[in-house]
Amino acid sequence: MSERKQFFPRQVVESGWNRWDWALLPMALALLVLLAYGGQQMARPYQLGETLPLSLDPENLPYYLLRTTLRMFIALGASMIFSCVFAVLTTRYRAAEKVLVPILDILQSIPVLGFLSITVTAFIALFPGSLLGVECAAIFAIFTSQAWNMAFSAYQGFRTVPAELREAASVFKLSAWQQFWRLELPFAMPGLLWNMMMSMSGGWFFVVASEAISVSNQNIKLPGIGSYIALAIEQRDLHAIGWAIGAMLVAVILYDQLFFRPLLAWADKFRFEESGSETAQDSWLLAWLRRTERMQGVAVACGKMLERSFSMFRLRYDGTSIRARPQTRTATPERIWDAIIAAVVFYALWILIHFIHTEVGWNEVRHAFLLGFYTMFRVIILIVLAALIWIPIGVWIGMNPRLAERAQAIIQFLAAFPANLMFPVAVFLIVRFGLNPDIWLSPLMILGTQWYILFNVIAGASTIPTELRYAAQNLGLSGRLKWRRYLLPAIFPSFVTGAITASGGSWNASIVAEYVTWGDTTVQAHGIGSYIAEMTAIGDFPRIALGIGVMCVFVMGFNHFVWRRLYRMAENRLHF
Amino acid sequence: MATPIVELKSVGKSFRSADGSARSVLESVDFTLNEGEIVALLGQSGSGKSTMMRIMAGLIPVDGGEVLYRGLPLFGPADGISMVFQSFALFPWLTVQKNVELGLEAKGMPLEERAQRAEAAIEMIGLSGFEGALPRELSGGMRQRVGIARALVMEPDVLLMDEAFSALDVLTGERLREDILELWETGRIPTKAILVVSHNIEEAVVMADRVLIFASDPGRVRDEMPVTLPRPRDVESLEVRGLIDKVYGLMTAGDIRTRRGTDKGVKLRLGDRLPDVEIALMESLLELLADEPFLGRADLPKLAEETELSDEELLNVSSALALLGFSLLDHGDILLTPLGKQYVLANNPERKIIFGQQLLENVPLVAYIRQGLEQDPSSDLHEDLFLKLLHFSLSEADTVSALRIAIEWGRYGDLFEYNFNTGILTMPKDEEISTE
Repeated sequence: MSERKQFFPRQVVESGWNRWDWALLPMALALLVLLAYGGQQMARPYQLGETLPLSLDPENLPYYLLRTTLRMFIALGASMIFSCVFAVLTTRYRAAEKVLVPILDILQSIPVLGFLSITVTAFIALFPGSLLGVECAAIFAIFTSQAWNMAFSAYQGFRTVPAELREAASVFKLSAWQQFWRLELPFAMPGLLWNMMMSMSGGWFFVVASEAISVSNQNIKLPGIGSYIALAIEQRDLHAIGWAIGAMLVAVILYDQLFFRPLLAWADKFRFEESGSETAQDSWLLAWLRRTERMQGVAVACGKMLERSFSMFRLRYDGTSIRARPQTRTATPERIWDAIIAAVVFYALWILIHFIHTEVGWNEVRHAFLLGFYTMFRVIILIVLAALIWIPIGVWIGMNPRLAERAQAIIQFLAAFPANLMFPVAVFLIVRFGLNPDIWLSPLMILGTQWYILFNVIAGASTIPTELRYAAQNLGLSGRLKWRRYLLPAIFPSFVTGAITASGGSWNASIVAEYVTWGDTTVQAHGIGSYIAEMTAIGDFPRIALGIGVMCVFVMGFNHFVWRRLYRMAENRLHF
Repeated sequence: MATPIVELKSVGKSFRSADGSARSVLESVDFTLNEGEIVALLGQSGSGKSTMMRIMAGLIPVDGGEVLYRGLPLFGPADGISMVFQSFALFPWLTVQKNVELGLEAKGMPLEERAQRAEAAIEMIGLSGFEGALPRELSGGMRQRVGIARALVMEPDVLLMDEAFSALDVLTGERLREDILELWETGRIPTKAILVVSHNIEEAVVMADRVLIFASDPGRVRDEMPVTLPRPRDVESLEVRGLIDKVYGLMTAGDIRTRRGTDKGVKLRLGDRLPDVEIALMESLLELLADEPFLGRADLPKLAEETELSDEELLNVSSALALLGFSLLDHGDILLTPLGKQYVLANNPERKIIFGQQLLENVPLVAYIRQGLEQDPSSDLHEDLFLKLLHFSLSEADTVSALRIAIEWGRYGDLFEYNFNTGILTMPKDEEISTE
């Protein structure tokens, strides 16, 4: 056998391409072509006022899907980079931590769609004569729905690197660059990916919401699945809506199978031993990739490049050098920094009061707060309702391990599916039956985010220790006692985790869910969400800002006074 | 004739607690690590021996004094100093090979060279065949082998071992210890000196040429004992047993917490740490002491063998018992006091009364809590009040643990009750009506 090989040229015999490589090659090539095509289309020339061609023909859907997906991935990449930069800055410099962490806390509670209405003008000005500006605005909206979450998780991960690993890294003299790649990023990776998945629902939701942008009475519809839906709503085309839902289903499945699952399965190796024992995800694509040789080669080459950078950015002195001498820290710069922060805060406060006084008036503020209470009331009722429905179901599923595994996959999928695709259906029904929008629009707010409650309750129920389960059976717990003393406390921490995500998502969704249009009919509920949406439609900037500010106050208050406390309680008292 | 490698000259270190007050961990420590010796540091937990090792590793800057490495001032981790960690500190996402290469990679050594050296180190430590494994696939003993290979591949001048064997089971630890000693004796590693931090007295005596005993609050070197026996040393031999006995004696002598009775002047203060010992363990040790074959007096090493407690645990229990007046420590022996005997013979309710009385007499923190409650029996006190008080003299972790221990003991002695959810301390219910 080996002798016969000699007749072939060397490249052929030792090429290293195996059958897995060959099978994967078309996929890789197709991906490259699609990326190039989509990217080219994104930067095409564009003048404000020009209408982009858009058609409801289902034939165009694959193309629109490509554009939408591209935006999604660019936003994901940007969020990833942002998270890393944020985590590095905040963990290395105390001055940065003092400012950036509170800022992020506020940014996190600003409704995502609020960003869109404010930033789109700036982005258009940034790229005159090109579609890139509008694209950037849309991408930025998706970015804002993911970045804050992920940045916090990265910050948390970087801060909780075990002390002994840090010490080992210093003893073996890893430079800051080497520590980032070898220690901090890998350690933060599982949490980062988990949060990425959690913000995925938001991602698809806002990709759909942010493509059809109306700014100062200009209606821009970027080619994409969101615009397709917007157009379908304008033209009252239920068939087109159906097509869009179908296309979205395909996109979410592809995303899950081709991107997310392989990523999760790969990231399993970064799991730190102590943290949890969730079973590893498995992915056919990753298994396939790992069998290839040439495709692996690409990854290996990237790894080599990284290692080369290690020797470039290494520590060139050791502890005996004068350069290792710790600088004596003085308190003065820190004080000055604190003073600057305080000054800026006071100035901002003054501006705010001035703005309210001159631009909108205190009555309007009172009105906005009242609307905020309406929306808060809705969010609370909905969370309670969702809990009543999903806790029993979640516990039942979670207690059946085989069922739980299958259910998890389906729910992850449901969570990623953008619920706003279903809104037109709701409007249709409300108009048809003449229902009260204040009541019947509300469920839309939680349509997409309720899955987090179910998802987490299942996870919580399936991690109840077997012995505790046996003990409950053995003691003959049943009925109300069983729920009060055993099941509810056992799933409480995971329920709180799910409810936090669900409530955050509901606030965000209120902007779209309280103000829904179908052709030229607009159905509107009273609430801060519809206030923002209405002002955006009119283009009244001071009132948009007011609405966003008020919602921000509500969300932050809600987080601090309700969720954080419940979370702490769950963490201290109700865990195994 | 001895060449110093690392020298500490009147080194001091203090940590700032949350309210800004400084708490001294090390005070004027002088120490020289010479070429060709293994030195062991022994001492109760919190005595600053780990801090001292980290200062030598360049991980912690000193507040006062000077650290010299080969005559040069040391400000950070030096090239010639490697460390092995208690929890192994392996990077779980890197293979064994990559973990061992870590330090070489950081130095920028070319791929082939570092692979070669890593392989040699892996082979030397007896791990060949596992180069591609992830740490999570390995047992504890093998993981620590990786940790040792990672340190040795740097060809260090000085090897620091921070309780390197304490996370392993006894047999595995002994095996690994013997392997290291063999490498050291046969000169297969270029290392000139080894410093071992340990809780295990036997380990220290078997390995070291010099044993240093640390005292706590603040940490300082209290005693030094040379060990001149030739290696390999037989743990069962009379000489080694004698030395172990001697170290026990040194470690129990002169401790504030154990000197009660002999020296009435020194007592536990309100802001001192409390030994973290379960009450059940104290009681079973008392019962064991009172029984055959000890009959009220036991040799600590023998007791360690009998109870299968680690040295740290045993020393902790005996100092807790001494603190409460149930036993005395005398030259490495533990003696039951008359009160201790009375306690063993008592039934449960009586025991609780004795325990409570001893707490009030000997543990100022418990007495202080009780006094606060007695002054107004209907009211309750929040734990935060005491946490804030303790914070002046203790670190965050020690504060929490001191109050936790005081509460546990106080509850057992029926002195007060405590609600975990609210953090509130109250008088026991049955006492509220009939206060003395």
